[in-house]
Amino acid sequence: MSGIPHDHYEPKSNGEKWLHSRLPVVGLMYDTLMIPTPKNLNWMWIWGIVLTFCLALQIATGIVLAMHYTPHVDNAFASVEHIMRDVNGGYMLRYMHANGASLFFIAVYAHIFRGLYYGSYKAPREITWIIGMLIYLMMMGTAFMGYVLPWGQMSFWGATVITGLFGAIPLIGEPIQTLLLGGPAVDNATLNRFFSLHYLLPFVIAGLVILHIWAFHTTGNNNPTGVEVRRTSKEDAEKDTLPFWPYFVIKDLFALAVILVVFFAVVGFMPNFLGHPDNYIEANALSTPAHIVPEWYFLPFYAILRAFTADVWVVIIAETLSGGIIDAKFFGVLAMFGAIAVMAAAPWLDTSRVRSGRYRPMFKWWFGLLVLDFFVLMWVGAMPTDEPYATISLIASAYWFGYFLVILPLLGVIEKPLAQPETIEADFDAHYPPKAGNATTAAKSAE
Amino acid sequence: MNMIKATLLSAVLALTAPVAFAAGGGSGHAIENHDFSFDGPFGSYDVNQLQRGLQIYTEVCAACHGLKFVPLRTLGDEGGPHLPEEQVIEYSKQWETFDPDLDDFRPSTPSDHFPKSALSNAPDLSLMAKKRAAFHGPYGLGINQLLKGTGGAEYISAVLHGYTGEEKEQAGVTFYENHYFPGGWIAMAPPLYDEAVEFADGHANSIEAMSHDVAAFLMWTAEPKMGARKQAGFAAVVFLTLLSVLLYLTNKRIWANAKRKD
Amino acid sequence: MGPKYGDTNVSHADDTEGNRRDFLYYATAGTGAVAVGAAVWPLVNQMNPSADVRALSSIRVDVSGVEPGTQLTVKWLGKPVFIRHRSGSEIQAAKAQDEAAAGTLPDESARNANLSDPNATATDANRVMPSPEGEAPGAWIVQMGVCTHLGCVPLADAGDFDGWFCPCHGSHYDLSGRIRKGPAPENLPIPPAVWTDSSTIKLG
Repeated sequence: MSGIPHDHYEPKSNGEKWLHSRLPVVGLMYDTLMIPTPKNLNWMWIWGIVLTFCLALQIATGIVLAMHYTPHVDNAFASVEHIMRDVNGGYMLRYMHANGASLFFIAVYAHIFRGLYYGSYKAPREITWIIGMLIYLMMMGTAFMGYVLPWGQMSFWGATVITGLFGAIPLIGEPIQTLLLGGPAVDNATLNRFFSLHYLLPFVIAGLVILHIWAFHTTGNNNPTGVEVRRTSKEDAEKDTLPFWPYFVIKDLFALAVILVVFFAVVGFMPNFLGHPDNYIEANALSTPAHIVPEWYFLPFYAILRAFTADVWVVIIAETLSGGIIDAKFFGVLAMFGAIAVMAAAPWLDTSRVRSGRYRPMFKWWFGLLVLDFFVLMWVGAMPTDEPYATISLIASAYWFGYFLVILPLLGVIEKPLAQPETIEADFDAHYPPKAGNATTAAKSAE
Repeated sequence: MNMIKATLLSAVLALTAPVAFAAGGGSGHAIENHDFSFDGPFGSYDVNQLQRGLQIYTEVCAACHGLKFVPLRTLGDEGGPHLPEEQVIEYSKQWETFDPDLDDFRPSTPSDHFPKSALSNAPDLSLMAKKRAAFHGPYGLGINQLLKGTGGAEYISAVLHGYTGEEKEQAGVTFYENHYFPGGWIAMAPPLYDEAVEFADGHANSIEAMSHDVAAFLMWTAEPKMGARKQAGFAAVVFLTLLSVLLYLTNKRIWANAKRKD
Repeated sequence: MGPKYGDTNVSHADDTEGNRRDFLYYATAGTGAVAVGAAVWPLVNQMNPSADVRALSSIRVDVSGVEPGTQLTVKWLGKPVFIRHRSGSEIQAAKAQDEAAAGTLPDESARNANLSDPNATATDANRVMPSPEGEAPGAWIVQMGVCTHLGCVPLADAGDFDGWFCPCHGSHYDLSGRIRKGPAPENLPIPPAVWTDSSTIKLG
């Protein structure tokens, strides 16, 4: 694994040897856990464990919630209230599941932006990146369907809007939409199948996570310098790495514990802060809420979806060129999915030979702008569609595409990178210079 | 370091920024924050206030509004109105539940829920305190909610004692002016007037006092487990902080060798 | 070099270092284990009966409309409960059955959860409810309406002993609900039942 020379699992006892010759599962787990990891990983590398924890949390709380939930339009809302009021600890499980989704997305955005900054998507880690993008898409599908289940006003109308997007696809859109809905509008058929798929997708995600880990274990982890671990010999590799257990397991668990302090503070003291009050109103097909807003983690893409109205010049051009097939609604849909597609294409759009943003002075500014842009898109996604929000959302959307399609390709060519360290060991030592005292201790032990 | 600081700052903003919505467009006047006993991480329901609120609900609101998600037995719960068991049984008898076995109505027992709204356009009140908000923004940043909470109870209280006294008729329906209700005109006539309900302990019964009492009661009907939830949250925070400290020290110990060696 | 066997003048400074390190690891692992336990418990406990189910573990039944010589059947914990208001002649007949049956009952146990010894002798007196004021003793008897053979619901006012008869496999119960003939092994069990006022029985 990872091409980094290191000791592998050796079965010792007779029992271990017996099992190992039949199914080397202990060896697999041992080697995975002890994999040499760059020793200079910083705190932006902890999000993987947070994400794994979130997946486990959502599956565990989700399975027990499903024991009490009824996926029928007449009972869904009431069954959630039954969970909140009557089921032992039900209110805690429900709030952990709802806020767990938010933690999941906070972690995934931090994880993705880490990748974007440190060039983790660049060769040879393209497959890890693509699998990650697939996991992200599955997460969004799962979260979307999960939000429909309580059958509140936002559940219903959010489902109506998003399934309506499929209707925007020319020619085949309507039949696809009807297939998704199971009828002419969001109703019981839709709710029931969303429940089934919401239960299914997390396990698909789990499978993809295994592939994701396999992929980055094959290439080896990236690190803040973007400089690869030395693979010339085991001794050199040991100067650049430390075994994952215990160094990074404990470090990750510490970070996770701190994050969970905040998580439980939110669950305990402000569990409805990230939600929308309208979802405590039972779904009513005859009454649309004044402002339909998706959950916060969808807002940036919602902003992009809404930004491209019929009067925007790119839309007009697209409409003319396609002979009317691409209208404003479809353009918005294409833009929304396109925003994720351009991010997925980053490995091939970024032309820089330097991996890590740390050594790319021009890149840092543009990247910082991208982060800011992400939050602007998130904010404007919750705002109404009149001015000045319409213009802001257009500019913000334009920057998102511009970053991936124009800036990343250009920067690699025109930027002059800073000097990178020779080795990971050099970078690590620069961070932790040996103290004056150590020299004396070293001398003492030599006696 | 730059990266980490930027992320932390953005994370804080992220938590506040996206909580932007309007609970119905144009909610008119800004609603004042009120210090309910259950505000804040250590707040809890005031049992006397809940009992007063229950009385106001029973004598005034129940004529039209239901509480269909609230089981009658929860009136005896600790952390709620905490009525004695016999009183809950007596109280339940004044309501009726449809029994499918009898194919008829029968007097309610504590195992039954409060009835649905008697009036079709009177919304059920079980979740009213969670489906309305008094505090928004500013500019969609969610800071007001972070500091003052969503304000569902404040909204209810404001509407109840915010009638101006003006009336108008539209399409045969009388509307009453109320700046706190979205649109400024509400179809519900002012339900409270000074001393509308008399309390056995002689507690203040001005419109404002009663508005706060019934709002607190409705917060309980919406979130009966608030007390237990805050306790669990506090315990988890304390315990996980201890675990974080231990993991920090363990981490430091484990890494000491790696950092000192080179 | 470390201490060797036989050394007496040995520095134990390093021992405490080792102990301190171990203590930290044990403390962390222990706290972590408690965290995992605290996380697992709610996931398991949510399967225990919820508040609405627990509330129905005890019900109050208004028996004011039950005429002497008739029976009210209610559902409790998902099963039928027979609340029989015995007429004067039934009470007399039950007493007679009591005297005749002494020592010959297939099941000698009263099966009455309300007695300090639920398995006291199955006399009629040990199976009836205490009577409310103004009524003769033995007027009320409350028992589970589930045949102790294979669980069918016995029919009232039926069978060779004028009590209950189970049509599934022919078990006969007498006026005190005791099994007298047929495959059922036990008398109809009597659930916890008390008077909360003159016309209300609380089951459970």
